[in-house]
Parts: sequence; C-alpha cells; structure tokens
Amino acid sequence: MRVSILSKTLAGLLLLLGSTALQAADFSLADLMQQLGQKKSGTATFVEKKYIAMLKQPLESSGELAFTAPDRLEKRTLKPKAEAVLLEGNKLTLERNDGRKMSVNLADRPEVSAFVESIRATLSGDRSALERYYTPALSGGSEQWQLSLTPLQPRMQKVISQIRIAGARAQVKTIEFLQADGDRSEMTITSTR
Amino acid sequence: MKSRLFKPALLIWLVAMLASVLVISQTRFVADLSAFMPKLPSARQQMLIDQLRDGAIARIVLVGIEGSDEAERGRLSRLLVDKLAHNARFTSVQNGDRQTQQHDQQYFFNNRYLLSPAVTPQRFSAAGLHDAIQGTLDAMSGDAGLIVKKILPRDPTGETLQILEQFIGENQPSTSDDIWVSRDGKRAVLLLQLGESGLNTDAQAAALEDVKQAFASLPARHADTRLVMSGTSVISVASRNIIQSEVERLATLGTVLVVALLLLVYRSLPLLLLGLIPVVSGALVGIASVSLGFGHVHGLTLGFGTTLIGEAVDYSIYLFIQRAGGGNPGHFWRTIRLGVLTSATGFAALMCSSFPGLSQLGLYSISGLLAAALVTRYVLPGLMPQQLNLRDLSGPGLLLQKVLDSLTRLRWLLLVAMLTATAVLALHHQDIWSRQLNALSSTSAAQNKLDAELRGDLGGNDMRYVASFSAPDQESALQLAERSRRVLQQLSRQNVIGGFHTPDELLPSLATQKARQAALPTAAETASRLTQAVQGLPLDAAALQGFVSDVERSRQQPLLSRDSLHGSAASVLLDSMLIQRPGSYLVLMPLRPASGENIALDKVRAALAAQQLGQVTVIDLLEETTAIFDSYTHEALVFSSLGSLAILLLLWLSCGWLQAVRVTIPLGCAVLCTVAILDACGIQLTILHLVGLLLVVAIGSNYALFFANKQQLGSDDQQRQVEVSLVVANLATVTSFGLLGSSSVPVLSFIGSTVAIGALLALVFAAMMARMTPRALPR
Repeated sequence: MRVSILSKTLAGLLLLLGSTALQAADFSLADLMQQLGQKKSGTATFVEKKYIAMLKQPLESSGELAFTAPDRLEKRTLKPKAEAVLLEGNKLTLERNDGRKMSVNLADRPEVSAFVESIRATLSGDRSALERYYTPALSGGSEQWQLSLTPLQPRMQKVISQIRIAGARAQVKTIEFLQADGDRSEMTITSTR
Repeated sequence: MKSRLFKPALLIWLVAMLASVLVISQTRFVADLSAFMPKLPSARQQMLIDQLRDGAIARIVLVGIEGSDEAERGRLSRLLVDKLAHNARFTSVQNGDRQTQQHDQQYFFNNRYLLSPAVTPQRFSAAGLHDAIQGTLDAMSGDAGLIVKKILPRDPTGETLQILEQFIGENQPSTSDDIWVSRDGKRAVLLLQLGESGLNTDAQAAALEDVKQAFASLPARHADTRLVMSGTSVISVASRNIIQSEVERLATLGTVLVVALLLLVYRSLPLLLLGLIPVVSGALVGIASVSLGFGHVHGLTLGFGTTLIGEAVDYSIYLFIQRAGGGNPGHFWRTIRLGVLTSATGFAALMCSSFPGLSQLGLYSISGLLAAALVTRYVLPGLMPQQLNLRDLSGPGLLLQKVLDSLTRLRWLLLVAMLTATAVLALHHQDIWSRQLNALSSTSAAQNKLDAELRGDLGGNDMRYVASFSAPDQESALQLAERSRRVLQQLSRQNVIGGFHTPDELLPSLATQKARQAALPTAAETASRLTQAVQGLPLDAAALQGFVSDVERSRQQPLLSRDSLHGSAASVLLDSMLIQRPGSYLVLMPLRPASGENIALDKVRAALAAQQLGQVTVIDLLEETTAIFDSYTHEALVFSSLGSLAILLLLWLSCGWLQAVRVTIPLGCAVLCTVAILDACGIQLTILHLVGLLLVVAIGSNYALFFANKQQLGSDDQQRQVEVSLVVANLATVTSFGLLGSSSVPVLSFIGSTVAIGALLALVFAAMMARMTPRALPR
C-alpha cells in the first residue's frame, strides 16, 4: 500500500516538475541539446495550471525554479501551499510546509527517473538520457522550437501520453504534460537569470 | 586395597548414573538467546527481551532470490508466494505484488472515515467541509497532484491523505514489474512473517526448511537461481546448528585426543576405560543437575562438556600414576580434595551470575567435578586391579625432572614475564574489554552482510528505538497507543524524533472508531452541507455523490477489528506493534531518529511523563544490549575476583600462608600473562575470557598444590611420579581446551583459548615457583 501510493505520489509530483530556461538550438535535436548543454545554471519563476475535467477552473500554483548543471534541480512552490522538491544527482528530496522531508533514491524507481529525466536531461542537453525513456521529436526553428517526448515505457504511457517542451533559442518557455486520461498541466516559465 | 565403603559407593554410583540418564532423557535442550538474557531483568531489559521474543525482529524472515534474470526471479518470487501463502507456519507472505498492495489500498481507502485522525464533527460541518475540500484542491495543485486527483470524487476532504501522512518519510522497498526487488535490482525480495515467537527455535527451523523446500520444488526453476534468507530466526537457527555440530565435533575429537594421550601413557585398555569412568560420570551428573536446576540445558553448556573431560580426567591420571608409584594415599587424597574444593569455589562464583549461560556453566562444572572426584575417590580404587601394569615412566620422569629443574632455576623469568605482561596491559588498558554483545554471536560476517543488505532492500528500519508498554486487553492497549501517538506526533513536529508508528494508525480503538462514526453526518445532512461547502470552489456538489454515499456507508459499517486487515501488508506492521501474550497485550512502537541521528530519549521520556504516560518505556535497543553485556562483564569481574579470593583463602586456611603465597604467585602470573598474550594478539576480552581466567585459577591451583605439597614429596622417585602425572594431566587439559579454542563458536573458542594458554603457563610458572628446590639427580 504505502509503496504503491508513494510511488504514485512521486510519479504525479514529478509530472509537474518545472524547468528553467536555458539555451536553444536550431533545427536538429543535436543542435538543441548542444545549445542547452552550454548553460550551467539558471533561475526562473513558474506558473503552473492544471486542467482537470472534474473542475470548472484550472488549478493554479506558482513558485521558483533553479537549475545547476549537470544534475541539480529545485522546484519551490510558494502558492497555494508551500512545498519544495529538490533533485540532486540520484536523490530526490521532498520538503513539505511543516519542514518534514522525504528522500527517494531514483535508482530504485525507474518510472520516477523517467519523469525526472524529461526535464533534467532536456535542461542539461543530455540526449542519451532523454532517449533512454522517450522518443523525442523536434519541430520549429531556433527562434521557436517545440520538443515532444513520447514515453517508451508502457507503465509511463498509462499515465502520460506526451510531454511538450517549448522554447525560444536558449529559453524553455513552457512545459506541458498531456495525461493519458485527457487532463493536462501547463507550466509557464519566466527566466530571472 | 578395596575399602569397605566400596560396595555402598558402587551402589550409590550406579543409582546416581541411572537417575542422571533418566533425567537427561527428559531434558529439553535449547540453543536460543535465552542464555544471554538476564534472569531477573529490569523493566527496560524486559522490554528488550520481549522485543527479541515477540517483536517484529524475531518473527520476520527476509528472503532473496538471486541468479538468472529479472523475469525468472520475478516468476519464482510469485510462485514462492503462492506456495507459502497457505502454509500455517507463516502469518504473512509478501513480495509486494499488486494484489497485496490493492488489499492495503482498499483497507485504507474504504475505512478512511474510521481510520483518519482528522475526523471530527467540526470537519463535517459546512465550513469544515469547505476548508477540507479547499485543502485537498491545494494539495492537488501541488507536486502530488496525480494521486490527489484520483481520490477527489469520493474523498474530497482528503482523509486518505491524512492516513498516508502517517507513513511519510518511510523507506520503501524498490519495485520492479510489481514485485519487490533489491536496491541494485539483482535480487527479488520477499518478506515472511513467522507464526511462532522468537524463542521457539524448532518451529522456526521447520518453517525455514519449508521455505527452502518450497523454493527447491518450484517448477522449471533455472539451475543458477538460489535462495538467500536472513532475519533473527535464520540467524538463531543457524547458530543453533553450528552449536550442535560444534558440540558433537568437539566431544568426539576431545574424547579421541584424550584417549590417545592416555593410551600413550598407560598403554593399557582397561586402565583407559577405568580412567574415563569419572569423566563420563561427571558429565552425566553435570547435565542432569543443570536440567533439574534450570528446567532445560543450553547447547553451550554441553559445549563445555569437553572442558570437563579435560579437568575430570586429571583426577584419574593423578590416581593411576601416583598410585603406581606407591605414593601415600592419605596425602594424595588431601591434595585432590583441596584441588576439587578450589575448583568448586571458583565455579560457585559463576553460579551467582545473573547471566544464565554462566550460572548453568557453574552448576554443571561444580556438580560434574564433585561427581568425578567422588567417583575417583570411592569407586575407582575398588575397580582398579591390585597390580597396576602401568608403563614404566621413570625414563620420561627423569627427563622431565631435568626440564623442571632447569625451569626452577629460571625462576627470575617469572618476574620478567610479569613485568612484560604488565607493560603490555598498561599500554592497552583502554581497549582490553570488548563491549559488543555480538562479539559472542556465532554468525559469520557474510551472514551479517546479507542481513544488512536484505534489511536495506526491504526499507526496514533497524528498530533501534522503541517505545513500549503492556496493557491487559486490546482495547486499552489501543487507547493508550492513541494517547502516546499524540505525544509522539508533537515530538515529531519538534524534530525530536523523525517519525514513529503506533498500532492505532492501522487499527484505532473501538472507542475512537465509535467517536469518528458519531462525527459523521447523515446522508441528507452531508448533501445539504456539501452544497454550502462548495460555494466559491471550482467544483459541483453533484460531482461528489460518491462522497455522500461513502460517508453514509461509513456511519453504518461494522467497526474494524484485527481480522479486517487480514492478508494486507499493514497486518504485518500491526502484528509487529500489537502483540498478544497470555493475559496481556504488548505494544511496541518503533521510533525513527530525525535524519539518521540519535534520539534524545530523555526528551521523549519527559514528554510522555508530562502526559501521564510514565508506563510507556522508551529504550534504545543498542544501548540496552550493551548495558546488559556491560553489567554481565562487570558482574563477572566481581564474581571472578571474589572466586579467586575465596580460592586463596581456602589455600591459606588449609596450607598456611607461606604455601598459599607459593601457589598464588604463579597463578597470578599465569592469569596476567594470559591476558597480555590475548591482548597482544589483538583479541578484546569478553566475559567468557574472564570465565576462562577463573578456570585457569581453578585448574592451575591443582598443579601448584601438587608441586608445593611438601608431605607428598617422599623419595625422588615419588616426586618424579607426581610430576609426570601433572604434566600428563596438563597435556590433557591443554589439549581439550585447545580444541575448544579452535571452535567456530566464539563463546566456546574464547574460553578454550584462554584456558589452554593459561593452564600451560600455570604449569610452567608453578614449576618455577611452587616447586621445591631442585635436588641432585641420581647418578
């Protein structure tokens, strides 16, 4: 019970992880990855909207993001409820508003790793990590690109049908998670550094 | 030469042997932890014992399947669960499969209104519902959105989250393809819970055998797959098996060696058989006495049987060799009597120990030695042939005398040895003693490593800190647990502890369940309050019909009992925390340190006491076991010193102070040098080394007494006989204890090596110091 609920919690949570705006590339995926890989750190604010069939309005949350290459990513939600997710190497730590922390080793959870890598591998320009879990498809040009990630794992496909990351040059502007049940979430990112 | 006491003595002996055999045939032999647990435990020690006997630690078996590939391991894991699921020896068999997970999910979800600590009448008012739903929506917008979304229609107040809250921060086993796997993914892992308590080693062994057989018989199993198991039960069964095989091996080898030695000296089969009579009699009487005195005999006590061979055989050696030399029987028996008395005095000190293993050893040795000595004194002479056809030992006797004479001239070496030993000990005085109880554990390093790995795989905490209490019945146990939970929750918020579990998280008391049921509104009330509650929320009351009917169902549902958890993983957790015992319930609540640190237990105790929960005992198992061990060591130190003192007193009373000093100095020196040798070899002393040293004093005093016994020294010839007998006896002792020293069971090897070294030194030193000045050798 605990195992399953918690892993699903994590899955859900990682689904909604944000990202920072970094560098962009031109046409090919290799170019995009190379550009993204050059920026070593960045901070941003985010606004995330979840469109859920049952609700009349989308749920909104906002907060801050910070990324330091190669593998540190922090998402700090401020509204409506303070909480934070810190990803460092293989360790994922969740911190709740009452200060309680919970750590998870990603090596233990391949499906969670998949969520994590969709964002982290994109930000650090790690193409091989990305292709381990997704089929990437790039469209648009360097000024306005869109990267679609389709999960490879059947387990993952049951939850997420596609992840769409859009940006301009080096900036990641939006990350959109399309859920298998038709709900979706959309994160808009504004770079602050 | 037969005394008139012979016939009655023979009769008494025969009856005693028969009685002993009868008692032994009814005896229960054990090989569990009981030998190490205090006889009269304090409240905290009792909790420790309860934990070892009934706690989760004692009943959990960790199983791993290794080899082949992941798919095969997964298949075997599932088949093994199917095979063991209906085995009555196990109360739970799990591998993390979906079915069990769903079982748990259903239990928590379906019974959320009875299980959630947040359920109050206030929460189900219109305003309360509004706030609760708003909270759930907030949670949904956060990082855990996916799961919250699923429960929203039927659980808009988020009671499931309230329940889950209690499990946050736990380590979880990794899963792959819906079953548990190790951290590195190379092993499928399972968790079994034994029906039997931790002290029934037989039942545990049978259950473990079932697992092995079930695994071996899995269909189409790849040959390279293998089963690994760990857990307290596995370790205690393994160490029992080691002890059993060791006891058998040592007894056989010890007998063979001593027999070979005696044959070499006596060259006579009848004499050899006669010589063994006191040994066998002593062993039988010893075991029977322990059985009568303790109700059972520990395997380790039997292990010491070989030591008895070593000491009891000495008596007949003295008797035969000295008798063959025609020594004065009166003086001879006096010396033997004093030797037996000194040994018995030493062992009597052990008997007073609160360490049951030691007191068994004490009783065993005293009764065994007395029996052996009495048999040697009253039975053996009557059975001896008139003419002892002993091999002529005058050749070796002369040689020996030369050796001993030169030793006596090297008396100054004694001083050197003593100074060296003192220097060694002074340098190392910090770490002479080992404080680890597991220094005595007979488990291998590989087994310990596997145990740690499997525990890590299953995310289990090490249960180092436990808050516990006992209550007369389940209801009061759960109510007390609920009160404790509130305190622990507070401590958790203050970060004094990192987390905890209480049984009422899984099964609230009936009173609490009733109160929560009473807090729920009727269907009509719920519906109308809900309409008000969703004002201003992005949600229609119509979408929450499932909630209205679930609340209504919960109002009517039968209260939860232990059976409601049947077949779930949570039931294992509950079983580990709420333990039924004859006439009472034991509650064990594990506490987790905040971020891997230690817990300030005094704060926990103070917080509990402030809420009138003084009956809840909080212990650090590590500290408690170390403390028990420390107290044993301390006590053994006191008793050994007292024992040694009593021996000296006895010597002084019976031979005068000059003689006592001549006997004491070599003994003290032997003890000191033995400690120094062990220390120089990097061996930390344990309680058993201490016992070994006491044995050195007890046995060594015999040598010194014979050397120092003036009256006995008649002719040169007689002196040589005495000395040959001493050396042969010493060889027998050193051989049998040396054998014990080679054992893989630490308890046995510690004593064995100590006594073997000490007895040899005692003989050499006694020859130097206690022996009369050398005489001129006959030309």
